[in-house]
Amino acid sequence: MPLKRTCKEVASLLVAREDRALVWSDRLALRLHMLVCKACPRFERQMLGMRNQLKEWRNYTTPD
Amino acid sequence: MSSSSLPAPSFEQQVADLHGYLMKFARLQLRNETWAEDAVSEVMLAALAKPQTFGNRSQLKTWLVGILKHKIIDAFRLRSREVCQSSDSNDSEEDPLEYLGFKADGHYIEPPAEWGNPEQQASSREFFEVLEICISHLPATQGRLFLMREWLELSSEDVCKELGLTATNLYVQLHRARLRLRECLELNWYGKAVQP
Repeated sequence: MPLKRTCKEVASLLVAREDRALVWSDRLALRLHMLVCKACPRFERQMLGMRNQLKEWRNYTTPD
Repeated sequence: MSSSSLPAPSFEQQVADLHGYLMKFARLQLRNETWAEDAVSEVMLAALAKPQTFGNRSQLKTWLVGILKHKIIDAFRLRSREVCQSSDSNDSEEDPLEYLGFKADGHYIEPPAEWGNPEQQASSREFFEVLEICISHLPATQGRLFLMREWLELSSEDVCKELGLTATNLYVQLHRARLRLRECLELNWYGKAVQP
């Protein structure tokens, strides 16, 4: 099944997504995995949390 | 005597007072004391060459940090060969993805923790201090590349172009940097802040 990804592969994609656009097959596989997995959405929330925190830190370093 | 009767500090004094503030970010981003001192000196000289009036200190900070970011990009361009050469020789071979803990079949041994509402927690100065310490503990090349993305806000394409890096090399380094940072924040912030 070409669209099946393990949690470990999904975690790697969620990190990579911060710096590069994922190919469509990875994006689709990610969405499908998220629908059936309980653990990976937690890791996704951590990554999104870090993204927000870094943005706040950036704004804080250049207050305006 | 009330402080309002004191003469306002001169522009030169105001700029000089922010030397330490600028050095903090120059050190974090450049990871080299000499490069950082050079970049900040250039910022101060550029600022003093064209004095301006700002309504408050944070506007002056913003202006100076903007100049610093340009000087840092110049410094990286000038030293592009050295920037990624320290190759972080003491970096372990282990993929930091393993910090998350996976079984052989690719499932989590234990699901990742809920970190709670980042908006609420990240607003504190204390959190930013932990974040900066975690960033400063990244291996030098990883730390530089990571902050080029997150502080200088360069695209991955531009980072590669400025430093003559391949995309593959950049992505490997950023993968490691992000996972290390995540681990450091979990251990030093969320591990203490999050309810079990």
